[in-house]
Amino acid sequence: MATAAAHKAYGTEEEHAGTAAYERAFDAAVAADGRIEPRDWMPDAYRATLVRQMAQHAHSEIIGMQPEANWITRAPSLRRKAILMAKVQDEAGHGLYLYSAAETLGTSREELLDKLHSGRQKYSSIFNYPTLTWADVGAIGWLVDGAAITNQVPLCRCSYGPYARAMVRICKEESFHQRQGYELLLALSRGTPEQHAMAQDAVDRWWWPSLMMFGPPDDESAHSAQSMTWKIKRHSNDDLRQRFVDICVPQAESLGLTLPDPDLKWNEERGHYDFGPIDWTEFKEVLKGNGPCNEQRLTQRRKAHEEGAWVREAAAAYAAKHSDDTKAEQA
Amino acid sequence: MTNTDWPLWEVFVRSRRGLSHTHAGSLHAPDAEFALRNARDLYTRRGEGVSIWVVPSAAITASSPDEKDPFFEPAADKPYRHPTFYEIPEGVKHL
Repeated sequence: MATAAAHKAYGTEEEHAGTAAYERAFDAAVAADGRIEPRDWMPDAYRATLVRQMAQHAHSEIIGMQPEANWITRAPSLRRKAILMAKVQDEAGHGLYLYSAAETLGTSREELLDKLHSGRQKYSSIFNYPTLTWADVGAIGWLVDGAAITNQVPLCRCSYGPYARAMVRICKEESFHQRQGYELLLALSRGTPEQHAMAQDAVDRWWWPSLMMFGPPDDESAHSAQSMTWKIKRHSNDDLRQRFVDICVPQAESLGLTLPDPDLKWNEERGHYDFGPIDWTEFKEVLKGNGPCNEQRLTQRRKAHEEGAWVREAAAAYAAKHSDDTKAEQA
Repeated sequence: MTNTDWPLWEVFVRSRRGLSHTHAGSLHAPDAEFALRNARDLYTRRGEGVSIWVVPSAAITASSPDEKDPFFEPAADKPYRHPTFYEIPEGVKHL
């Protein structure tokens, strides 16, 4: 980055004094709820944390296209098919907003995709579960997108400007995703006994993985405290998880479906729903790459990238030729 | 064929006639024509715009955030450029 290079030009002592002044200005801006913009000075660790988080977020959006795209050809009506295609296209768009925002930190699209394909950067573990029935499309919209919205709304106030702006756009669009999923489940729940059972089965399978989307409990979360100080993160994992549970319980009742947790009950004293323990062993296994679809998702992503190479090359060749023609005309 | 990224473009969208174009974000595209089409698909999927500009990011010259204070300082000590600087007797209208 231009500013980083400028700092290097100073002598060691001056550089040290300069950095301290920059650091004070950065800390003050963050403390005052100001926004950090791409060319501002920022601590290396802040930059690295943002790149890691935004890359993971962008990768999740484009990997997330796979489990749902799986059902486009088998959508039960033209209406549902059009909705699902629009949703999957939105996910691609969200990935692109986030890649662009990540690139303002000095990384490149090529580097980000390369790290995804080689497994050096992660995507959300939720997409390593399979979509076994049509009802899964509804459960993903309601629960997975619902959990994502709960996580993402506070990110609209994140201290890093480009990330916050991308999130504003994404959150507006996610609302359609969640509502179409809920409507889909409602139609199944009110349908034949077989359809109702299919909806219930999907909710049973997606409920716990959705709760795991908020990340490990606060006392085991590696990055939480620092991210909260930097105002990248605004609420703790456990607070967001509780908020999501409280929202979902009445929504499940309206759907006429149950949530697969015998310990789920209203706690008058806390003013929240209590819920049962989460199986973190499963979470860690999926994170390590042993989930049902880890291999399949990455293989499919690499294949799509490789098979799209000729399109990228043809477009670049056309652009080069076009630019030569323009130059020739002008000469 | 090189394996490098397509150039970066900044996208500006006019949300409706009568308003100016506003920065919406950026994208990669091999040329201006593709940049426009990609911008339409990426930033106006819900009727957010009636006109789009795309500009190669490399063509933009920006002021430096490090110079923020000295660069904009000349405006800071000229309060007489604001209408509130002037004291007008009470009761004077349309001023």
